[in-house]
Amino acid sequence: MIEDTIVTENVKSRLAGVLLPPGIGPFGGITAPVSDPAARTRRNGRKLCGDLDEAIRRSGLKNGMTVSFHHAFREGDKTINTVMERLAVLGFRDLTLAASSLLSCNAPLIEHIRSGVIRKIYTSGMRGKLAEAISHGLMAEPIHIHSHGGRVHLMDCGELAVDVAFLGVSTADEFGNANGVSGRSHCGSLGYAMVDAARAAQVVLITEEIVAFPNAPASIRQDQVDLVVAIGEIGDPSKIAVGAARMTSNPRELLIARLAADVIEHSGWFEDGFSLQTGSGASATATTRFLETRMVRKGIKAGFALGGITGGIVELHQKGLIGKIFDTQSFDAVAAESLRTVATHYEISTNSYANPSSKGAYCDRVDLVILSALEIDLDFNVNVITGSDGVMRGASGGHSDVAAGANLPIVVAPLIRSRIPTVVRRVTTVVTPGDTIGVLVTDHGIAVNPNRPEIAARLKAAGLPVTTIEDLYQRAIALTGEPEPIAFQDRIVGLIRYRDGSVIDVVRQVKA
Amino acid sequence: MRIMREALAGTLESSDLMVRIAPRAEGLEIVLQSEVIHQFGIQIEKVVRETLARLDVVDALVVIEDKGALDCVIKARVQTAVLRATVAPGDALSPRRIADAPVDWSALS
Amino acid sequence: MKLRRSMLFLPGSNAAMLSTAFVFRPDSIMFDLEDAVSLREKDAARILVFHALQMPVYRDIETVVRINPLSSPFGLTDLEAVVRAGVDVVRLPKTDSADDVRALEREVERIERDCGRAVGSTRLMAAIESASGVVNAVAIATASPRLIGIALAGFDYVMDMQTERGDGTELFYARCAVLHAARYARIDAFDVVYADVNNDAGFLQEVELIKRLGFNGKSLINPRQIDLLHNAFAPSQEEVDYSHRVVAAAEQGERQGLGVVSLSGKMIDAPVIEHARVVLRRAEASGVRK
Repeated sequence: MIEDTIVTENVKSRLAGVLLPPGIGPFGGITAPVSDPAARTRRNGRKLCGDLDEAIRRSGLKNGMTVSFHHAFREGDKTINTVMERLAVLGFRDLTLAASSLLSCNAPLIEHIRSGVIRKIYTSGMRGKLAEAISHGLMAEPIHIHSHGGRVHLMDCGELAVDVAFLGVSTADEFGNANGVSGRSHCGSLGYAMVDAARAAQVVLITEEIVAFPNAPASIRQDQVDLVVAIGEIGDPSKIAVGAARMTSNPRELLIARLAADVIEHSGWFEDGFSLQTGSGASATATTRFLETRMVRKGIKAGFALGGITGGIVELHQKGLIGKIFDTQSFDAVAAESLRTVATHYEISTNSYANPSSKGAYCDRVDLVILSALEIDLDFNVNVITGSDGVMRGASGGHSDVAAGANLPIVVAPLIRSRIPTVVRRVTTVVTPGDTIGVLVTDHGIAVNPNRPEIAARLKAAGLPVTTIEDLYQRAIALTGEPEPIAFQDRIVGLIRYRDGSVIDVVRQVKA
Repeated sequence: MRIMREALAGTLESSDLMVRIAPRAEGLEIVLQSEVIHQFGIQIEKVVRETLARLDVVDALVVIEDKGALDCVIKARVQTAVLRATVAPGDALSPRRIADAPVDWSALS
Repeated sequence: MKLRRSMLFLPGSNAAMLSTAFVFRPDSIMFDLEDAVSLREKDAARILVFHALQMPVYRDIETVVRINPLSSPFGLTDLEAVVRAGVDVVRLPKTDSADDVRALEREVERIERDCGRAVGSTRLMAAIESASGVVNAVAIATASPRLIGIALAGFDYVMDMQTERGDGTELFYARCAVLHAARYARIDAFDVVYADVNNDAGFLQEVELIKRLGFNGKSLINPRQIDLLHNAFAPSQEEVDYSHRVVAAAEQGERQGLGVVSLSGKMIDAPVIEHARVVLRRAEASGVRK
């Protein structure tokens, strides 16, 4: 303090008689601009909290505020449940929960909704008991279902203003440099968390392992982070980093995968330097395997692969058949390991992946994408949220984002799942508008959206089993019979937000 | 046909169903559980009743656990259960006994 | 002429497979009531197959049912069920002599008359699974006009021969004998199943062998093998191009009333032209080999 005073006096004498422009003040000493007065003595460890309660207190969280989380730890996540449990114990109420997605492991949230800790939820999807309860009317306010890109858009347009982001990371240093590729509970890409780190008013890192400064690579950087706290376990590694999905041996999934590879080969986009995205479904994963032989046969290499990344994509990358990988979520341990070790495997945020209002999203530059569907209707509208009983059991994910961006979005699905037809007259819930879907590949044949006649012509010329979606629908109904409509109540339990923030459909409460 | 004994048919694998049929003093009682009951419950019960009627089964308890089977599978499993249940209780339900049971295929169509 | 490259085996007791197998588009689908069905489920499988055969989705695909031997307690009831249900072809297992075929034929005819099905509309095929069957192959193949083909079944045959499955040497005589009998009787010949479903290379090697021997096709136990088999049986692009030229030259010769046709200075006679037509038909069914 003494030194500061001397320096300040020095400056004062230098500035004697100087008239500064309005709004600009004289130098007030080197500690003046730092908000924490004790910073100089403990500046290096100033973000580190002793426990979660201290982190919550220091974050300034208040009743009615918005807290956010990411779901890169998938079913192995413990961060969301642990933090919400503490918030409940500490007596917080009326919070808005903004998770990039929720899974079966988040069933404990039901209690916090009942007790009033959580009043409102934004998420890409839900599964298990939580989804069941919300579909049956647990919440007073409808849940908001957004896409991955749409979530960032909602943040940027101000609707979803995150007050405190609690971001689980597998390692962090005391200054807030963190990644998801090192540590016991590594998950690979932190693409979702990067968005919150850049936007939340307060950013709290929750980690299992504090490592020596500087932690690198820093997916989340020290200049974004307010507080760091270590807790016992952020997740269950056996459920976070699942091994690469074994190639399916289900002949029907293989049949669909082979047809999807045929569609890609003859789509008109299968040229050297093409780009692709495949999801994590069995058929989508197997498609990469069938694609490999076609790429080798024709001497074609992909420029890049995008999206949620699987071991299958990594394998093609290792074989030199894919130039670069842009990874917003690593679906398995193979993908996470590749991200950690391979220079041409890049981590990207969901903002640059799919936000429609970002200055540039990779999904707008991808040629071919393989998507899944619970239902698809005669207008090619896709439902990936509600099951055949009307209960929410899925996620919007990047579905509508990539469908809107890609040159040729291909939906793969079995025509019938046990007795449930996939092709229906009218989907229960629209998540992705049919106008953006190019081709549907089923085990009973291929249907091309009438708005893509050039694709239909190419596939027919290649001798692929192309028919109409009406024909597929009739085939399904001939086997299963016409399904009864699901009985819903009038009350709305979910709003389906399209990627631009608009409401594209609603989910109603199922009849008990 | 008279239900003489309790009998089972089918499996609990996907796209199949398990049918349990048992004697009942008077009338038909059908207990239906199905994975697809919301969309196909009415249709499944209709197929079960029609199949039983064609075999003249009027007194029976029929318990069904359905895993999304198509109608023709439901028909086949109900018929199998009925044929197995019409063997007199004293007879061993041996493969030979099943093989020798006279079948009226037109009633199964 | 009906193409019969792939005959897909399905256990008759498996509801899920019966409900979906038609999507794999093999040339023929064979529902099995014999070895793939346990004694306790013989009745259930029979009734299930009875209904599967009547599904509209199986109407445009050749259906085959392997019944239990007529000497077993199940064979005749199997036959009653499947002939009434409209099966295209009945496959008789363990055929040792022409008498086995004739006994089957008599029962089939009786049932056809009983149920009002056109007499002769149920076709037959005989599976040869023993030394006796191989020795009697010609008599078996010519035993009934209903026969569409004979098949070699390897498992029982090698047991009977006191050997085991290996590189194919153990089947060499039987394959040749069955094939010659079939060709002599002008019916189709089918090779054994390849049991190691995860060994694509081994499967393709065997397919290459039996294709060169002259078999029409093969029994398959995994739908995944269908595409591999069809592709292996598909002609190459060069074969297709050459066959197009042969057929074009032949047609031109015919129009010009020429007795002898030549292509690029080489004479092409009737067998060459016929072979070219077969190649083009195969290309139409299987595409060009990849």
